[in-house]
Amino acid sequence: MKKKSINLILFIILLALPESVYATYDYIDITSPYLRKLPIAVPVFRDMTGSSDEQIFSDAASNLLSETLDFTGYFKIISREAYLEYPREKGITELKLNFRNWTGIGSELLITGGVWVTGDKVKIELRLFDTFKERMILGKLYKGSVSDQRRIIRKFCGEVIYKLTGSQGIFSSKIAFVSTGTGNKEIYTCDFDGFNPRRLTNNKAITLSPAWSSDGKWMAYTSYARGKPHLYIKNIKEKRGTVVAKPGVNITPAWVPGQFSLAATLSFTGDPEIYMLTGTGKIIKRLTHMWGIDVSPTFSPDGKQMAFVSKRSGTPQIYIQNLDTGIARRLTFEGQYNTTPSWSPRGDKIAYSSLNNGQFDVYVIDVSGQNLRGLTENAGDNESPTWSPDGSLIAFSTSREGKSRIYVMTAYGTEQRRLLKLPGEQTNPKWSPKNVDN
Amino acid sequence: MRKKTVGNLFVLILVCVGLMFVVSCAQTEVQSTSPEDTQAEEAVQEEEIQAEDDDAAAQAALEEEALAREKANARAMFVSENIYFDYDDSSLDDMAREILKQKAEWLNDNPDVSVVIEGHCDERGTTEYNLALGDRRAESTRSYLIDLGIAPSRLEKISYGEEMPAVQGSNEDAWAKNRRAAFTIK
Repeated sequence: MKKKSINLILFIILLALPESVYATYDYIDITSPYLRKLPIAVPVFRDMTGSSDEQIFSDAASNLLSETLDFTGYFKIISREAYLEYPREKGITELKLNFRNWTGIGSELLITGGVWVTGDKVKIELRLFDTFKERMILGKLYKGSVSDQRRIIRKFCGEVIYKLTGSQGIFSSKIAFVSTGTGNKEIYTCDFDGFNPRRLTNNKAITLSPAWSSDGKWMAYTSYARGKPHLYIKNIKEKRGTVVAKPGVNITPAWVPGQFSLAATLSFTGDPEIYMLTGTGKIIKRLTHMWGIDVSPTFSPDGKQMAFVSKRSGTPQIYIQNLDTGIARRLTFEGQYNTTPSWSPRGDKIAYSSLNNGQFDVYVIDVSGQNLRGLTENAGDNESPTWSPDGSLIAFSTSREGKSRIYVMTAYGTEQRRLLKLPGEQTNPKWSPKNVDN
Repeated sequence: MRKKTVGNLFVLILVCVGLMFVVSCAQTEVQSTSPEDTQAEEAVQEEEIQAEDDDAAAQAALEEEALAREKANARAMFVSENIYFDYDDSSLDDMAREILKQKAEWLNDNPDVSVVIEGHCDERGTTEYNLALGDRRAESTRSYLIDLGIAPSRLEKISYGEEMPAVQGSNEDAWAKNRRAAFTIK
């Protein structure tokens, strides 16, 4: 009993201490191209009073934590069959654990959890340990409803990633995409890991190219709801907004980071050109002035440069334009057909799809034009890459299964796996900024 | 002597009266035949006239029918005949120009008609780029028709990108048939 109260006091003190007290180790170097996956163990949480509700919650929550960390691509999850001790029985705090039992099986990190459930309320303690240094590096206490399980686990994952990489995670981000399940192309959204898919539009007509505003509150897209390709700018929650309905096409919206303005291609002059618009659909400025198709803008994180597709040199290629000077330079010189560029939120790379031997593949190139690398190969058509808000993952659409599906991979092209599967075909993914209201 | 004169006078009068009868009978007879004759002549004439009218009407009806069929054919041709494009291209080749000249003729013959020009692409390439390419194809087509003298206000355009293929299939044959500009009447 005495030990327990000391533990609790220590725990609370540790929680209360500012972050700077902990030495900051460089656990994961997110800029390294040869990322070693960090071995981590996530044992089943401990049901603190032994009730069956707690057991159920513990099982589910610890599995969810494991899966969510796995999704990031940073970790190698140690199989529970290899464990030499079980925190569920022994205890979840430093003093109860024997770290050699964990380093012995190759685990460099360990997460333990303790769960209390009363009625529909839950209290959960989560601790992240460095097993070699034998110390806790992150401890959190969450209180909420039992139904908040997913939200709690995601919050904790966000803290874990922040502690280990120094970068905000993706756990409260969403992905928008187009799906044909209803018989028409409509826009859907889902959580970053493919859960909770929800249909956003109900146009009963071709709807394409979703684009999130920086604050995650607005969605721009093109729809034939009124018979022609018009650009809709809609507040997601309040369902109000504007329509840009100029003659010709009104397509490929892309918001400027941190601003309530967006670029889009309009062809009312007879040629598709890129314009800058306010969030209420008014033209601020025309950005491209070359004869030929100019389409698919994407902005650098500082909003000062725009990459886009232009046919001005004869074939669709990717260009980068400085918005101050208006001068554009060509980025891609390999391949006859390069489109759907996406600028990494880290600012240094651009992902795009390129026609390669009759099929499309996702490529990544430095903004400087160097280090061109293909991330997909011999796997159907792979198009429309979109970066996660921390620049660590890329979602894209692929026809490798026959019907088009949304897949996710790391920024280096590893761990390619399907995000979700819905009736019909899924295309055109667009990853939201960091935090989107649920 | 006096008795003979009176008797002669009486006979004369009788004869005159008799003659009058004869004359009037004869006249009546003549009168009675002419209306019949005239009617018979008129009836014949009516028939003749009718025969002429029937021929003309029948002929006119046939001509009208033929004309209507021709018009319907020309209209159907206008709507169903597409022009086609090369891969990733929105320029008009000679065949396309020929077809557009015929379409311009039809539009001139039907000045009340307004049309929508649709630009389409094959399934290759990305959705976004193809929306723009479809627009360029509709635009080249529209520009050429305007150059041929059709009023711009009669020509609307729309791009469907790769969203509405005419032919399903992932081979050059299907692709070639989908790279098109199509026409519909408003």
